[in-house]
Amino acid sequence: MGSYRAELLRLVKWPATWVLIGVWLVMTLTFGYVFNYVAYKSGDTSRGGGSGAQLMAQMMPAEAAEAVVRGLPMFGGAIVLVLAALAVGSGYGWGTWKTTLTAGPRRISAMGGTLAAVGTIVVVLVALTFVVDFGAALSIATMENQSWSMPSFDHVVQGLGAAGLIAGMWAAMGVFLGVITRGPALAVGLGLLWSIVAENLLRGVGALLGPVADVTKVLPGGAAGNLAGAFGATGAPGVLTDLSGVTASLLVAGYLAVFALIAAWLTVRRDLV
Amino acid sequence: MIVTTEKLTKRYGDKTVVDAVELNVRAGEVYGFLGPNGAGKTTTIRMLLGLVKPTSGTARVLGEPPGSPKALLRIGSLIEGPGFFPYLSGRDNLRVHARRRDRTDIEVDAVLEQVDLSDAKNAKFKSYSLGMKQRLGVAAALLGQPELLILDEPTNGLDPAGMADMRDLVRELKRQGQTVLLSSHLLGEVEEICDRVGVISNGRLVAESSVQELRGDTVLLVRADPFDIAERVVENSSVVDGALHVHASEEDAPKIVRALVEADVDVREIRPLRRTLEEVFFEMTAGVR
Repeated sequence: MGSYRAELLRLVKWPATWVLIGVWLVMTLTFGYVFNYVAYKSGDTSRGGGSGAQLMAQMMPAEAAEAVVRGLPMFGGAIVLVLAALAVGSGYGWGTWKTTLTAGPRRISAMGGTLAAVGTIVVVLVALTFVVDFGAALSIATMENQSWSMPSFDHVVQGLGAAGLIAGMWAAMGVFLGVITRGPALAVGLGLLWSIVAENLLRGVGALLGPVADVTKVLPGGAAGNLAGAFGATGAPGVLTDLSGVTASLLVAGYLAVFALIAAWLTVRRDLV
Repeated sequence: MIVTTEKLTKRYGDKTVVDAVELNVRAGEVYGFLGPNGAGKTTTIRMLLGLVKPTSGTARVLGEPPGSPKALLRIGSLIEGPGFFPYLSGRDNLRVHARRRDRTDIEVDAVLEQVDLSDAKNAKFKSYSLGMKQRLGVAAALLGQPELLILDEPTNGLDPAGMADMRDLVRELKRQGQTVLLSSHLLGEVEEICDRVGVISNGRLVAESSVQELRGDTVLLVRADPFDIAERVVENSSVVDGALHVHASEEDAPKIVRALVEADVDVREIRPLRRTLEEVFFEMTAGVR
Protein backbone atom coordinates (compact mmCIF):
# COMPACT_ATOMS: atom_id res chain seq x y z
CA MET A 1 0.00 0.00 0.00
CA GLY A 2 2.87 2.36 0.82
CA SER A 3 4.40 1.77 -2.60
CA TYR A 4 1.07 2.53 -4.28
CA ARG A 5 0.61 5.75 -2.29
CA ALA A 6 4.16 6.82 -3.05
CA GLU A 7 3.85 6.17 -6.79
CA LEU A 8 0.45 7.83 -6.99
CA LEU A 9 1.76 10.95 -5.23
CA ARG A 10 4.63 11.36 -7.65
CA LEU A 11 2.51 10.58 -10.75
CA VAL A 12 -0.21 13.03 -9.70
CA LYS A 13 2.44 15.73 -9.20
CA TRP A 14 4.18 14.96 -12.49
CA PRO A 15 3.38 17.59 -15.13
CA ALA A 16 3.86 14.99 -17.91
CA THR A 17 0.87 13.03 -16.58
CA TRP A 18 -1.48 15.97 -17.01
CA VAL A 19 0.07 17.15 -20.28
CA LEU A 20 -0.49 13.71 -21.86
CA ILE A 21 -4.01 13.41 -20.43
CA GLY A 22 -4.72 16.93 -21.70
CA VAL A 23 -3.38 16.09 -25.17
CA TRP A 24 -5.60 13.00 -25.30
CA LEU A 25 -8.69 14.93 -24.21
CA VAL A 26 -8.06 17.60 -26.85
CA MET A 27 -7.58 14.86 -29.47
CA THR A 28 -10.77 13.00 -28.57
CA LEU A 29 -12.71 16.25 -28.50
CA THR A 30 -11.25 17.51 -31.78
CA PHE A 31 -11.51 14.30 -33.80
CA GLY A 32 -14.67 12.98 -32.14
CA TYR A 33 -16.73 16.16 -32.10
CA VAL A 34 -15.20 19.40 -33.41
CA PHE A 35 -14.34 18.19 -36.93
CA ASN A 36 -17.59 16.21 -37.23
CA TYR A 37 -19.61 19.20 -36.08
CA VAL A 38 -17.84 21.54 -38.52
CA ALA A 39 -18.45 19.03 -41.34
CA TYR A 40 -22.10 18.72 -40.29
CA LYS A 41 -22.61 22.49 -40.16
CA SER A 42 -20.83 23.11 -43.45
CA GLY A 43 -22.76 20.28 -45.07
CA ASP A 44 -19.48 18.74 -46.25
CA THR A 45 -19.71 14.98 -45.66
CA SER A 46 -17.53 14.02 -48.60
CA ARG A 47 -14.74 12.62 -46.39
CA GLY A 48 -16.74 9.42 -45.94
CA GLY A 49 -18.22 10.10 -42.53
CA GLY A 50 -21.69 9.30 -43.79
CA SER A 51 -24.70 11.55 -44.20
CA GLY A 52 -25.37 14.59 -42.08
CA ALA A 53 -27.90 12.62 -40.08
CA GLN A 54 -25.35 9.89 -39.43
CA LEU A 55 -22.76 12.45 -38.33
CA MET A 56 -25.25 14.02 -35.97
CA ALA A 57 -26.20 10.62 -34.53
CA GLN A 58 -22.53 9.89 -33.79
CA MET A 59 -22.26 13.13 -31.83
CA MET A 60 -25.32 12.55 -29.66
CA PRO A 61 -25.13 11.48 -25.99
CA ALA A 62 -26.51 8.03 -26.91
CA GLU A 63 -23.29 7.40 -28.86
CA ALA A 64 -20.87 9.04 -26.41
CA ALA A 65 -19.62 5.75 -24.99
CA GLU A 66 -18.71 4.58 -28.50
CA ALA A 67 -16.90 7.88 -29.09
CA VAL A 68 -14.73 7.22 -26.03
CA VAL A 69 -13.84 3.65 -27.00
CA ARG A 70 -13.35 4.46 -30.70
CA GLY A 71 -10.15 6.43 -30.23
CA LEU A 72 -8.41 4.16 -27.76
CA PRO A 73 -7.14 1.18 -29.79
CA MET A 74 -4.64 3.33 -31.67
CA PHE A 75 -4.13 6.97 -30.67
CA GLY A 76 -5.40 6.88 -27.09
CA GLY A 77 -3.50 3.68 -26.53
CA ALA A 78 -0.32 5.25 -27.88
CA ILE A 79 -0.66 8.17 -25.46
CA VAL A 80 -1.24 5.86 -22.49
CA LEU A 81 1.72 3.73 -23.58
CA VAL A 82 3.97 6.81 -23.72
CA LEU A 83 2.83 7.86 -20.24
CA ALA A 84 3.53 4.44 -18.73
CA ALA A 85 6.85 3.98 -20.53
CA LEU A 86 8.01 7.42 -19.34
CA ALA A 87 6.77 6.79 -15.80
CA VAL A 88 8.74 3.56 -15.46
CA GLY A 89 11.68 4.07 -17.82
CA SER A 90 12.66 7.48 -16.46
CA GLY A 91 13.27 5.98 -13.03
CA TYR A 92 16.36 4.19 -14.32
CA GLY A 93 17.97 7.41 -15.52
CA TRP A 94 16.97 9.47 -12.50
CA GLY A 95 18.16 6.76 -10.13
CA THR A 96 14.77 6.64 -8.44
CA TRP A 97 14.47 2.86 -8.85
CA LYS A 98 17.62 2.58 -6.74
CA THR A 99 16.02 4.78 -4.07
CA THR A 100 12.76 2.81 -4.30
CA LEU A 101 14.32 -0.62 -4.02
CA THR A 102 16.46 0.32 -1.03
CA ALA A 103 13.57 1.99 0.82
CA GLY A 104 12.11 -1.20 2.25
CA PRO A 105 9.31 -2.69 0.20
CA ARG A 106 9.78 -6.03 -1.56
CA ARG A 107 10.58 -5.63 -5.22
CA ILE A 108 7.31 -7.26 -6.19
CA SER A 109 5.44 -4.76 -3.97
CA ALA A 110 7.36 -1.84 -5.48
CA MET A 111 6.42 -2.89 -9.02
CA GLY A 112 2.89 -3.75 -7.89
CA GLY A 113 2.58 -0.23 -6.51
CA THR A 114 3.79 1.24 -9.80
CA LEU A 115 1.37 -0.86 -11.84
CA ALA A 116 -1.51 0.03 -9.55
CA ALA A 117 -0.68 3.74 -9.64
CA VAL A 118 -0.37 3.75 -13.45
CA GLY A 119 -3.66 1.83 -13.50
CA THR A 120 -5.28 4.53 -11.38
CA ILE A 121 -4.08 7.20 -13.79
CA VAL A 122 -5.56 5.15 -16.66
CA VAL A 123 -8.89 4.99 -14.82
CA VAL A 124 -8.78 8.77 -14.34
CA LEU A 125 -8.00 9.26 -18.03
CA VAL A 126 -10.90 7.04 -19.09
CA ALA A 127 -13.28 8.73 -16.64
CA LEU A 128 -12.25 12.21 -17.83
CA THR A 129 -12.70 11.10 -21.44
CA PHE A 130 -16.25 10.01 -20.63
CA VAL A 131 -16.93 13.32 -18.92
CA VAL A 132 -15.51 15.36 -21.81
CA ASP A 133 -17.22 13.31 -24.51
CA PHE A 134 -20.59 13.30 -22.75
CA GLY A 135 -20.17 17.03 -22.11
CA ALA A 136 -19.47 17.66 -25.79
CA ALA A 137 -22.37 15.44 -26.87
CA LEU A 138 -24.80 17.20 -24.53
CA SER A 139 -23.59 20.62 -25.71
CA ILE A 140 -24.09 19.71 -29.36
CA ALA A 141 -27.50 18.18 -28.62
CA THR A 142 -28.51 21.40 -26.84
CA MET A 143 -27.18 23.65 -29.60
CA GLU A 144 -28.94 21.60 -32.30
CA ASN A 145 -32.19 21.19 -30.33
CA GLN A 146 -31.78 17.41 -30.29
CA SER A 147 -33.11 15.19 -27.52
CA TRP A 148 -30.86 14.24 -24.60
CA SER A 149 -31.44 10.54 -25.09
CA MET A 150 -28.82 8.83 -22.97
CA PRO A 151 -27.33 5.36 -23.41
CA SER A 152 -28.43 2.67 -20.97
CA PHE A 153 -26.48 2.28 -17.74
CA ASP A 154 -25.33 -1.20 -18.79
CA HIS A 155 -24.02 0.17 -22.07
CA VAL A 156 -22.05 2.88 -20.28
CA VAL A 157 -20.58 0.32 -17.89
CA GLN A 158 -19.62 -1.90 -20.82
CA GLY A 159 -18.01 1.09 -22.51
CA LEU A 160 -16.06 1.95 -19.36
CA GLY A 161 -14.92 -1.66 -19.12
CA ALA A 162 -13.82 -1.84 -22.75
CA ALA A 163 -12.06 1.53 -22.57
CA GLY A 164 -10.35 0.62 -19.29
CA LEU A 165 -9.23 -2.75 -20.63
CA ILE A 166 -7.81 -1.29 -23.86
CA ALA A 167 -6.05 1.62 -22.13
CA GLY A 168 -4.87 -0.70 -19.35
CA MET A 169 -3.30 -3.08 -21.85
CA TRP A 170 -1.38 -0.30 -23.58
CA ALA A 171 -0.27 1.04 -20.19
CA ALA A 172 0.98 -2.42 -19.17
CA MET A 173 2.88 -2.62 -22.45
CA GLY A 174 4.45 0.77 -21.67
CA VAL A 175 5.49 -0.44 -18.22
CA PHE A 176 6.91 -3.63 -19.73
CA LEU A 177 8.92 -1.66 -22.32
CA GLY A 178 10.16 0.78 -19.66
CA VAL A 179 11.44 -2.10 -17.55
CA ILE A 180 12.96 -4.12 -20.35
CA THR A 181 14.80 -1.17 -21.95
CA ARG A 182 15.66 0.46 -18.58
CA GLY A 183 15.08 3.91 -20.03
CA PRO A 184 12.34 6.16 -21.39
CA ALA A 185 13.56 6.97 -24.91
CA LEU A 186 13.84 3.48 -26.36
CA ALA A 187 10.69 2.36 -24.55
CA VAL A 188 8.63 5.20 -26.02
CA GLY A 189 10.18 4.75 -29.48
CA LEU A 190 9.57 1.02 -29.61
CA GLY A 191 6.07 1.40 -28.19
CA LEU A 192 5.01 4.00 -30.74
CA LEU A 193 6.62 2.04 -33.54
CA TRP A 194 4.61 -1.02 -32.57
CA SER A 195 1.27 0.60 -31.80
CA ILE A 196 1.10 3.00 -34.70
CA VAL A 197 3.37 1.63 -37.42
CA ALA A 198 4.18 -2.09 -37.13
CA GLU A 199 0.68 -3.49 -36.65
CA ASN A 200 -0.74 -1.31 -39.44
CA LEU A 201 1.99 -2.49 -41.79
CA LEU A 202 1.28 -6.10 -40.84
CA ARG A 203 -2.42 -5.54 -41.57
CA GLY A 204 -1.39 -4.27 -45.01
CA VAL A 205 0.65 -7.42 -45.55
CA GLY A 206 -2.30 -9.42 -44.23
CA ALA A 207 -4.37 -8.21 -47.18
CA LEU A 208 -1.97 -10.17 -49.38
CA LEU A 209 -1.20 -13.13 -47.13
CA GLY A 210 -4.04 -14.88 -45.32
CA PRO A 211 -1.98 -16.35 -42.44
CA VAL A 212 -0.55 -12.91 -41.62
CA ALA A 213 -4.08 -11.50 -41.50
CA ASP A 214 -5.05 -14.19 -38.98
CA VAL A 215 -2.08 -13.26 -36.81
CA THR A 216 -2.73 -9.50 -36.91
CA LYS A 217 -6.23 -10.01 -35.44
CA VAL A 218 -4.74 -11.39 -32.24
CA LEU A 219 -1.81 -8.98 -31.80
CA PRO A 220 -2.22 -6.39 -29.01
CA GLY A 221 -3.45 -3.60 -31.29
CA GLY A 222 -5.61 -6.02 -33.28
CA ALA A 223 -7.20 -7.41 -30.14
CA ALA A 224 -7.84 -3.88 -28.82
CA GLY A 225 -9.32 -2.85 -32.17
CA ASN A 226 -11.58 -5.88 -32.19
CA LEU A 227 -12.77 -5.15 -28.67
CA ALA A 228 -13.68 -1.60 -29.73
CA GLY A 229 -15.35 -2.97 -32.86
CA ALA A 230 -17.35 -5.53 -30.88
CA PHE A 231 -18.60 -2.69 -28.66
CA GLY A 232 -19.86 -0.93 -31.77
CA ALA A 233 -17.27 1.84 -31.79
CA THR A 234 -16.51 1.49 -35.49
CA GLY A 235 -15.34 4.07 -37.99
CA ALA A 236 -11.90 4.95 -36.66
CA PRO A 237 -8.32 3.85 -37.46
CA GLY A 238 -7.37 0.61 -35.73
CA VAL A 239 -10.94 -0.51 -35.05
CA LEU A 240 -11.68 -4.02 -36.39
CA THR A 241 -14.64 -6.38 -36.45
CA ASP A 242 -13.03 -9.79 -36.88
CA LEU A 243 -13.41 -11.23 -33.37
CA SER A 244 -16.27 -11.57 -30.90
CA GLY A 245 -16.39 -9.28 -27.91
CA VAL A 246 -15.61 -12.11 -25.48
CA THR A 247 -12.61 -13.35 -27.47
CA ALA A 248 -11.25 -9.84 -27.90
CA SER A 249 -11.78 -9.04 -24.18
CA LEU A 250 -9.95 -12.21 -23.13
CA LEU A 251 -7.08 -11.47 -25.50
CA VAL A 252 -6.71 -7.88 -24.28
CA ALA A 253 -6.91 -8.98 -20.63
CA GLY A 254 -4.35 -11.70 -21.38
CA TYR A 255 -1.90 -9.22 -22.90
CA LEU A 256 -2.39 -6.88 -19.95
CA ALA A 257 -1.60 -9.69 -17.50
CA VAL A 258 1.40 -10.98 -19.48
CA PHE A 259 2.99 -7.52 -19.84
CA ALA A 260 2.47 -6.79 -16.13
CA LEU A 261 3.80 -10.18 -15.02
CA ILE A 262 6.92 -10.00 -17.19
CA ALA A 263 7.62 -6.46 -15.93
CA ALA A 264 7.26 -7.66 -12.32
CA TRP A 265 9.38 -10.75 -12.91
CA LEU A 266 12.19 -8.72 -14.49
CA THR A 267 12.09 -6.22 -11.63
CA VAL A 268 12.42 -9.00 -9.08
CA ARG A 269 15.10 -10.98 -10.92
CA ARG A 270 17.46 -8.42 -12.39
CA ASP A 271 20.36 -6.62 -10.76
CA LEU A 272 20.00 -2.87 -10.50
CA VAL A 273 23.40 -1.58 -11.57
CA MET B 1 28.17 -7.75 14.03
CA ILE B 2 25.94 -5.47 12.03
CA VAL B 3 27.36 -6.44 8.65
CA THR B 4 29.23 -9.64 7.87
CA THR B 5 30.18 -11.11 4.55
CA GLU B 6 31.74 -14.45 3.73
CA LYS B 7 33.64 -14.82 0.49
CA LEU B 8 31.28 -12.33 -1.13
CA THR B 9 31.99 -12.41 -4.87
CA LYS B 10 30.52 -10.74 -7.93
CA ARG B 11 31.56 -11.58 -11.45
CA TYR B 12 30.34 -10.03 -14.70
CA GLY B 13 31.34 -12.50 -17.40
CA ASP B 14 35.06 -13.11 -17.02
CA LYS B 15 35.61 -10.03 -14.88
CA THR B 16 35.64 -10.47 -11.12
CA VAL B 17 34.54 -7.16 -9.65
CA VAL B 18 34.35 -8.26 -6.01
CA ASP B 19 36.51 -11.18 -5.00
CA ALA B 20 35.79 -13.16 -1.82
CA VAL B 21 35.37 -10.11 0.37
CA GLU B 22 35.02 -10.74 4.11
CA LEU B 23 33.73 -7.56 5.72
CA ASN B 24 32.83 -7.10 9.37
CA VAL B 25 31.11 -3.97 10.62
CA ARG B 26 30.53 -3.80 14.37
CA ALA B 27 27.57 -2.23 16.12
CA GLY B 28 27.97 1.45 16.90
CA GLU B 29 31.12 2.05 14.91
CA VAL B 30 31.88 4.31 11.98
CA TYR B 31 33.44 2.02 9.40
CA GLY B 32 35.37 3.55 6.53
CA PHE B 33 35.33 1.62 3.27
CA LEU B 34 38.26 2.72 1.15
CA GLY B 35 39.49 1.87 -2.28
CA PRO B 36 40.51 3.44 -5.57
CA ASN B 37 37.92 4.04 -8.30
CA GLY B 38 36.71 0.74 -9.72
CA ALA B 39 38.02 -1.25 -6.76
CA GLY B 40 34.59 -2.78 -6.05
CA LYS B 41 33.31 -0.54 -3.23
CA THR B 42 29.99 0.38 -4.79
CA THR B 43 29.32 -3.14 -6.09
CA THR B 44 29.95 -4.47 -2.57
CA ILE B 45 27.59 -1.88 -1.10
CA ARG B 46 24.97 -2.67 -3.75
CA MET B 47 25.21 -6.33 -2.78
CA LEU B 48 24.74 -5.44 0.90
CA LEU B 49 21.54 -3.60 -0.04
CA GLY B 50 20.24 -6.34 -2.31
CA LEU B 51 20.41 -4.23 -5.47
CA VAL B 52 22.91 -6.66 -6.97
CA LYS B 53 22.92 -10.40 -6.33
CA PRO B 54 26.27 -11.98 -5.46
CA THR B 55 27.69 -14.59 -7.81
CA SER B 56 28.82 -16.54 -4.74
CA GLY B 57 29.37 -16.04 -1.05
CA THR B 58 26.97 -14.75 1.55
CA ALA B 59 26.22 -11.59 3.49
CA ARG B 60 24.14 -10.74 6.55
CA VAL B 61 23.04 -7.21 7.27
CA LEU B 62 21.42 -6.59 10.65
CA GLY B 63 21.08 -10.35 10.89
CA GLU B 64 19.06 -10.58 7.70
CA PRO B 65 19.89 -11.48 4.11
CA PRO B 66 20.69 -8.44 1.93
CA GLY B 67 17.67 -6.75 0.41
CA SER B 68 15.16 -8.24 2.83
CA PRO B 69 12.45 -5.69 3.67
CA LYS B 70 13.05 -6.33 7.39
CA ALA B 71 16.65 -5.18 7.04
CA LEU B 72 16.06 -2.40 4.50
CA LEU B 73 13.59 -0.65 6.80
CA ARG B 74 16.38 -0.46 9.41
CA ILE B 75 18.97 0.82 6.93
CA GLY B 76 19.34 4.30 5.49
CA SER B 77 21.45 4.53 2.37
CA LEU B 78 22.88 6.92 -0.16
CA ILE B 79 24.48 5.11 -3.08
CA GLU B 80 26.42 6.86 -5.85
CA GLY B 81 24.53 10.11 -5.54
CA PRO B 82 20.91 10.79 -4.71
CA GLY B 83 18.14 9.42 -6.93
CA PHE B 84 15.11 11.69 -6.86
CA PHE B 85 12.35 12.92 -9.17
CA PRO B 86 13.61 16.16 -10.74
CA TYR B 87 10.14 17.69 -11.11
CA LEU B 88 9.21 17.28 -7.43
CA SER B 89 10.30 19.57 -4.62
CA GLY B 90 12.80 18.30 -2.09
CA ARG B 91 10.01 17.88 0.44
CA ASP B 92 7.71 16.03 -1.96
CA ASN B 93 10.55 13.70 -2.90
CA LEU B 94 10.98 12.85 0.76
CA ARG B 95 7.22 12.45 1.17
CA VAL B 96 7.29 9.87 -1.63
CA HIS B 97 10.21 8.13 0.10
CA ALA B 98 8.43 8.34 3.47
CA ARG B 99 5.36 6.56 2.11
CA ARG B 100 7.53 3.64 1.02
CA ARG B 101 9.12 3.47 4.47
CA ASP B 102 5.83 3.98 6.30
CA ARG B 103 7.01 7.25 7.86
CA THR B 104 5.12 10.50 8.41
CA ASP B 105 5.37 13.96 6.88
CA ILE B 106 6.37 15.28 10.32
CA GLU B 107 9.46 13.08 10.18
CA VAL B 108 10.15 14.41 6.69
CA ASP B 109 10.24 17.97 8.00
CA ALA B 110 12.48 16.91 10.88
CA VAL B 111 15.15 15.37 8.63
CA LEU B 112 15.00 18.36 6.27
CA GLU B 113 15.76 20.51 9.30
CA GLN B 114 18.57 18.16 10.31
CA VAL B 115 20.37 18.60 6.98
CA ASP B 116 19.60 22.33 6.86
CA LEU B 117 17.30 22.21 3.83
CA SER B 118 14.15 23.60 5.43
CA ASP B 119 14.42 26.89 3.58
CA ALA B 120 14.70 25.18 0.19
CA LYS B 121 12.26 22.35 0.84
CA ASN B 122 9.67 23.64 -1.64
CA ALA B 123 12.11 24.25 -4.49
CA LYS B 124 12.24 21.68 -7.28
CA PHE B 125 14.94 19.04 -6.91
CA LYS B 126 16.26 19.89 -10.39
CA SER B 127 17.01 23.44 -9.21
CA TYR B 128 19.15 22.25 -6.28
CA SER B 129 22.91 22.63 -6.30
CA LEU B 130 25.01 19.46 -6.17
CA GLY B 131 25.58 19.97 -2.45
CA MET B 132 21.85 20.43 -1.77
CA LYS B 133 21.04 17.27 -3.73
CA GLN B 134 23.60 15.39 -1.68
CA ARG B 135 22.12 16.71 1.56
CA LEU B 136 18.64 15.67 0.43
CA GLY B 137 20.05 12.19 -0.20
CA VAL B 138 21.40 12.14 3.33
CA ALA B 139 18.03 13.35 4.64
CA ALA B 140 16.33 10.43 2.88
CA ALA B 141 18.85 8.07 4.43
CA LEU B 142 18.14 9.49 7.90
CA LEU B 143 14.37 9.08 7.58
CA GLY B 144 13.09 6.73 10.25
CA GLN B 145 16.25 6.82 12.38
CA PRO B 146 17.81 3.70 10.84
CA GLU B 147 20.19 1.55 12.88
CA LEU B 148 22.65 1.34 10.01
CA LEU B 149 23.58 4.10 7.61
CA ILE B 150 25.37 3.20 4.40
CA LEU B 151 26.77 6.34 2.82
CA ASP B 152 28.64 6.11 -0.47
CA GLU B 153 30.74 9.27 -0.93
CA PRO B 154 28.38 11.46 1.12
CA THR B 155 30.58 14.55 0.84
CA ASN B 156 30.60 14.57 -2.97
CA GLY B 157 29.76 18.04 -4.16
CA LEU B 158 29.80 19.61 -0.71
CA ASP B 159 31.81 22.75 -0.03
CA PRO B 160 34.27 22.75 2.89
CA ALA B 161 31.60 23.97 5.31
CA GLY B 162 29.20 21.30 4.09
CA MET B 163 31.88 18.65 4.49
CA ALA B 164 32.53 19.78 8.04
CA ASP B 165 28.78 19.64 8.72
CA MET B 166 28.68 16.11 7.31
CA ARG B 167 31.54 15.03 9.57
CA ASP B 168 29.72 16.53 12.56
CA LEU B 169 26.55 14.73 11.53
CA VAL B 170 28.34 11.37 11.30
CA ARG B 171 29.92 11.96 14.72
CA GLU B 172 26.50 12.84 16.14
CA LEU B 173 24.99 9.69 14.65
CA LYS B 174 27.76 7.64 16.22
CA ARG B 175 27.09 9.35 19.54
CA GLN B 176 23.44 8.30 19.21
CA GLY B 177 24.59 4.71 18.78
CA GLN B 178 23.99 4.39 15.06
CA THR B 179 26.35 2.35 12.94
CA VAL B 180 27.74 4.04 9.84
CA LEU B 181 29.38 2.37 6.85
CA LEU B 182 31.05 5.17 4.97
CA SER B 183 32.74 4.91 1.62
CA SER B 184 34.94 7.85 0.76
CA HIS B 185 37.89 8.94 -1.31
CA LEU B 186 38.77 11.61 1.22
CA LEU B 187 41.27 9.83 3.43
CA GLY B 188 41.69 12.70 5.84
CA GLU B 189 37.97 12.66 6.42
CA VAL B 190 37.98 8.90 7.04
CA GLU B 191 40.98 9.19 9.35
CA GLU B 192 39.18 11.85 11.33
CA ILE B 193 35.83 10.17 11.85
CA CYS B 194 36.16 6.41 11.34
CA ASP B 195 36.86 3.87 14.06
CA ARG B 196 37.85 1.11 11.69
CA VAL B 197 38.51 0.87 7.99
CA GLY B 198 38.44 -1.74 5.28
CA VAL B 199 40.62 -1.24 2.24
CA ILE B 200 39.54 -2.83 -1.03
CA SER B 201 41.78 -3.06 -4.05
CA ASN B 202 41.09 -4.90 -7.31
CA GLY B 203 37.98 -6.38 -5.73
CA ARG B 204 39.86 -7.88 -2.76
CA LEU B 205 39.74 -6.65 0.81
CA VAL B 206 43.44 -6.09 1.52
CA ALA B 207 43.08 -4.79 5.07
CA GLU B 208 40.50 -4.40 7.79
CA SER B 209 41.45 -2.93 11.14
CA SER B 210 41.32 0.17 13.28
CA VAL B 211 42.80 3.33 11.80
CA GLN B 212 45.50 3.28 14.47
CA GLU B 213 46.47 -0.32 13.77
CA LEU B 214 46.58 0.36 10.09
CA ARG B 215 48.95 3.26 10.52
CA GLY B 216 51.26 1.01 12.52
CA ASP B 217 53.48 1.62 15.56
CA THR B 218 54.32 5.09 16.62
CA VAL B 219 57.86 6.26 16.25
CA LEU B 220 59.17 9.09 18.45
CA LEU B 221 61.48 11.58 16.80
CA VAL B 222 64.15 12.91 19.15
CA ARG B 223 66.67 15.70 18.51
CA ALA B 224 69.18 16.18 21.30
CA ASP B 225 72.72 17.45 22.12
CA PRO B 226 75.18 15.92 22.40
CA PHE B 227 73.80 13.47 19.89
CA ASP B 228 76.28 10.62 20.51
CA ILE B 229 75.37 10.48 24.21
CA ALA B 230 71.67 10.63 23.41
CA GLU B 231 72.12 7.72 20.99
CA ARG B 232 73.74 5.63 23.77
CA VAL B 233 71.10 6.56 26.36
CA VAL B 234 68.00 5.85 24.27
CA GLU B 235 67.41 2.19 23.47
CA ASN B 236 65.58 0.77 20.49
CA SER B 237 66.43 3.67 18.20
CA SER B 238 67.90 4.34 14.80
CA VAL B 239 69.37 7.46 13.23
CA VAL B 240 67.49 9.09 10.40
CA ASP B 241 68.50 12.51 8.98
CA GLY B 242 70.39 13.54 12.09
CA ALA B 243 67.55 12.61 14.45
CA LEU B 244 66.79 9.59 16.55
CA HIS B 245 63.76 7.51 15.60
CA VAL B 246 62.75 5.67 18.75
CA HIS B 247 60.33 2.73 18.53
CA ALA B 248 58.19 3.61 21.52
CA SER B 249 54.71 4.84 22.30
CA GLU B 250 53.78 8.43 23.13
CA GLU B 251 53.41 7.37 26.78
CA ASP B 252 57.13 6.56 26.86
CA ALA B 253 58.13 10.13 25.95
CA PRO B 254 58.45 11.48 29.54
CA LYS B 255 60.63 8.51 30.53
CA ILE B 256 62.93 9.14 27.55
CA VAL B 257 63.18 12.86 28.32
CA ARG B 258 64.00 12.11 31.97
CA ALA B 259 66.74 9.63 30.98
CA LEU B 260 68.27 12.14 28.57
CA VAL B 261 68.20 14.98 31.08
CA GLU B 262 69.76 12.79 33.77
CA ALA B 263 72.55 12.02 31.27
CA ASP B 264 73.11 15.77 30.86
CA VAL B 265 71.68 15.83 27.33
CA ASP B 266 69.69 18.81 26.08
CA VAL B 267 66.41 17.71 24.48
CA ARG B 268 65.64 20.04 21.58
CA GLU B 269 62.68 18.24 20.10
CA ILE B 270 60.60 15.17 20.82
CA ARG B 271 57.39 14.33 18.92
CA PRO B 272 55.50 11.31 17.62
CA LEU B 273 55.92 10.35 13.98
CA ARG B 274 53.03 8.46 12.52
CA ARG B 275 52.23 7.40 8.97
CA THR B 276 49.08 8.99 7.64
CA LEU B 277 46.22 6.87 6.43
CA GLU B 278 46.92 8.26 2.99
CA GLU B 279 50.46 6.85 3.03
CA VAL B 280 49.17 3.47 4.19
CA PHE B 281 46.41 3.52 1.57
CA PHE B 282 48.80 4.22 -1.29
CA GLU B 283 51.12 1.47 -0.11
CA MET B 284 48.26 -1.03 -0.02
CA THR B 285 46.80 -0.06 -3.34
CA ALA B 286 50.13 0.59 -5.08
CA GLY B 287 49.88 0.21 -8.82
CA VAL B 288 46.10 0.35 -8.80
CA ARG B 289 44.92 3.56 -10.36
